[in-house]
Formats: sequence, structure tokens, C-alpha cells
Amino acid sequence: MPIPFRFLPPIVWLVRLLVGAYPRWIGCAPSAVQRIYFANHTSHMDTVVLWAALPRELRANTRPVAAKDYWDRGGIRGHIARDELNVVMIDRARDDPNADPLEPLREALEHGFSLIIFPEGTRTPQPLPGPFRSGLYHLAMSFPAVELIPVYIENLHRSMPKGALLPVPTICTVRFGAPLARIEGETKESFVERARDAVVALAG
Amino acid sequence: MELTLQQTFFLVLGGLVLLFATASGLVAWLTLRTADAVKLTWIGHLNSRIHASWMIVLLFAIGFALGEAALAVIFALASFFALREFVALTPIKPADHIALIVAFYVVIPVQYVLVASGWYQLYAVFIPVYLFLILPMVMAWGQDTELYLQRVAKVQWGLMLSVYCVSHAPAIATLEPPGYEGRGPLLLLYFLLIVQMSDMFAVMASASFGRTPLASNPNKSREGVLIGGAGANVLGTLLWWMTPFTWWQAALMSAATVFAGFMGGLVLASVKRSLGERQWDQGVALSRGVLERLEGITFAAPVFFHATVYFFVP
Repeated sequence: MPIPFRFLPPIVWLVRLLVGAYPRWIGCAPSAVQRIYFANHTSHMDTVVLWAALPRELRANTRPVAAKDYWDRGGIRGHIARDELNVVMIDRARDDPNADPLEPLREALEHGFSLIIFPEGTRTPQPLPGPFRSGLYHLAMSFPAVELIPVYIENLHRSMPKGALLPVPTICTVRFGAPLARIEGETKESFVERARDAVVALAG
Repeated sequence: MELTLQQTFFLVLGGLVLLFATASGLVAWLTLRTADAVKLTWIGHLNSRIHASWMIVLLFAIGFALGEAALAVIFALASFFALREFVALTPIKPADHIALIVAFYVVIPVQYVLVASGWYQLYAVFIPVYLFLILPMVMAWGQDTELYLQRVAKVQWGLMLSVYCVSHAPAIATLEPPGYEGRGPLLLLYFLLIVQMSDMFAVMASASFGRTPLASNPNKSREGVLIGGAGANVLGTLLWWMTPFTWWQAALMSAATVFAGFMGGLVLASVKRSLGERQWDQGVALSRGVLERLEGITFAAPVFFHATVYFFVP
């Protein structure tokens, strides 16, 4: 039997208190359909903020993808990553150059999880995202049934500039756009450019 | 017959619950009967005031049950959300990060601990003097002098409005004029009622006598504000028995409160406009922001507090 009432997990509660993280479903509605949310990356809080902006029923089934070197630690950070967010760790500094860094992501998608990814690969503490990497393209082609949802996280770069330890409380919104279409025979470069444009369009 | 403290509290609480229950019921009935869109917007404005009035009753009950420390915690949270909103509206630079961290995580707790412990000599000057000196030092340390004065001024104003001014409301509950010991929360309730009712009466009167809309608040008219203010003033005079004031002192105190509350709204509207308030796409949840809800008490609380201290606390 499902539990009728549950307190918000402390991490979600804390994020709401500090930065609001109000969801705006502009181009799509919340849905249990398998999705890849791809967003601009301005601070370490993005991962938690986007995840916290999702309705509770979707959070359990949605796993953020994050850098192993930052999140796979002991203490609170590791606890949040493993037990609360159920992060898919991606190895940026991999030892074996032939290993596919997307392997853990494919595995999570095959198990039916939705993913949250930041295609810039690194933080860009500015309103508009930098160039996207191609991981999103490869996932989109291997999993044609998964919806690709562009997301723009607004205002957060001001709350936590690079190098800051604590966030300045503010109000930020998380805007969800319309699913990105796949075009037959499109090149990798053009797809990646179109994906970035979809995020930028939500910034206006 | 002299009422005991307990009896006064329950009498006032009971009266208010009855009054606002009637108001809520009336509004619900009006909503069902009205199909006119203009009237429905007006009912919406009224309804948000009645919700705020219930908040005051709740606050008062909490203050009565748990004491002044609980009130300080509640108003500290209000300050936090107001300052958060102020920061979201203000352009800030990465160089301001440390000053803002100090403002949120140090100044708010310290100010309210001082208020709750009744350390008047320090909380009256902590932000306007100490922080006025400390924040510019912190921000000058960062070496970023672009728009330096504007940035320092905005942080200082944010703190004055959303922390210093708001913290004077729970400070009213700590006042102990002779013969009024232990009744501080009642005086806070009196103050909040006047501010709230002057706002609510003005909205109600503006719907009937709305000839000249105010530039600062299109939901109110000049006539409505005058009538509403006069109504709140009469109410404040009639409620003199719950204060340490005589009836004519209560009349003057409530007149000062109504005037300061109105001016606070005017000032905050100007502040928001000069910050170039963005059209937030936040929808209903934030349609009336925290600052807007607190605008009445920001200016009225220090005025009421200091008038009481000056004239009634030896």
C-alpha cells in the first residue's frame, strides 16, 4: 500500500528554502514517460535544483547524471548523491581511454530510469549555456523512444558563483520546454546545436 | 471590572475568530453568487487580506502559547523570505557574494536573537550603525569598484527594510510599559490589527468609492485609502482597552500607525519600480510577493515601537 503522506526529503526542503526552485512546465506537462532532461549548468546546485523541481512521483524514477570526481565522496555530499538523488556517476578522468563513458547512462536508461544531464559537461556561470558535447546525441540515437526535454535553470548562477561554498538565497525557476524532435539523417553537429538552441529559447 | 490577562487573551482571540470566520463565510458566499469578472478580482483581493488576517490570529495564538521567542522565529523567517525576494529583484555581482552570505546567515539570526533577548541598546543600532560600517568594508575588500555605491546601498536597504524594520514587530511584544507587564503579545496584536485593517478597509472602500486610483497601487483609490485609514483609526481608538494607552492616546497612536503603514507601501512601490521589477512568470504562488505583504509593517513597526518606548516606557 502506498504511504498517503510523507514529509519532503530534507534536501528538497532545503533547496526550496534557499533558492525556491519553482517548476514552470512551459512546453510539456509532468509525466511518467521515460525522459532525458537536459539543462544549462551554472553551479553545483543545478543537479539538486532540477531534481527537486520535479513532482515527487517522478523524482523516485529520475536519476541525475553527475561527475564522479565531485559527488563520489564520503560525508554529506556522498550521502546525498547515493541515497537521496541516486546519482549516475560519470567518470570524467577515466583511466582506460577506450572505455565508453556513457555506459552507466545506457544501463540506467535500459532499466527504465529517466535521466537529468548537463550536456555542457562543465559549469558555465553565465545566463546562457556554452557549447554542448555530443553525449546527448549518442543517447538520443540509441534510445529513440525516450523523450528529450530541454530545461532552463534561471538565476542560479547568481546564487552560487564558481568557488563559492554557500549559496546566496534567491528565487529561481526551472523551465521545462517542449520535447526535442529527432530529425532523420541529421548530423551530430546540427543536432547538438539544435538542442542548445532549445535550452536558450527558454531563457528569453 | 478589571479583566485578568488570561481572560483578555481569550476574549480577544474568540472575538477575532468569530469576526474573521464571518468574513471568510461572507466572501465564500459572494464568490458563489458573483459571475462578474471585475467583482471577482476585487473579491480575490479581499480574500487575500482575510487570509492575512487569519495569519495574524494564528501568530497571536502562537505568541500567547509559546512566548516571544516563537514570535521572533516566525518574523525571522518572514525577514529571510523578504530579503530573498529583494536579492532576486536586485542585480548582484559575484563580488557581492560574501556580503550577502553575511546578510543572510549572520545578520538575520543575530538581529532576532537580540530582539528576543530584549537587548534594545544593541538591536536598535546593529544594522543601521554596525552593518553600515562593516558591509562596505567587506565589499571594498573585493576590489571590484564598478557600481560600488549602488551595490552597497542596495544590500544596506535590503537589510533595513526586510530585517531591521520587520524585526521591530516582534520587538513590540517585548515591551513592558508600567501596569502592562507580560501583555506584550497583546500590544503586537493591536498593532498588526490596525495595519491589516487599514489595508483591508482601504481595499473595500476603494471598490465602492474608486474615482482616482493610486499610482503606487491600482487596487486602491485615493478616497478609499482616506476612508479606510479613518476606519482603522476609529477601530484603533475603540480597542484602547487592550493597550496601555488611554482612548485619546490610542487614537493618536493608531493615526501614526495608519499613516506610517500607508507611507511604507508607497516607499516600497517606489523601490520596486526603481529596481525595475521584472515580470516574474511565477504564476499565482508569488503574485503577491513577501515584500508586498510586509509593506504595511515595514515602516509602521519602528514608528509604533519607538513612539511607545518614548512616551510610555520610562
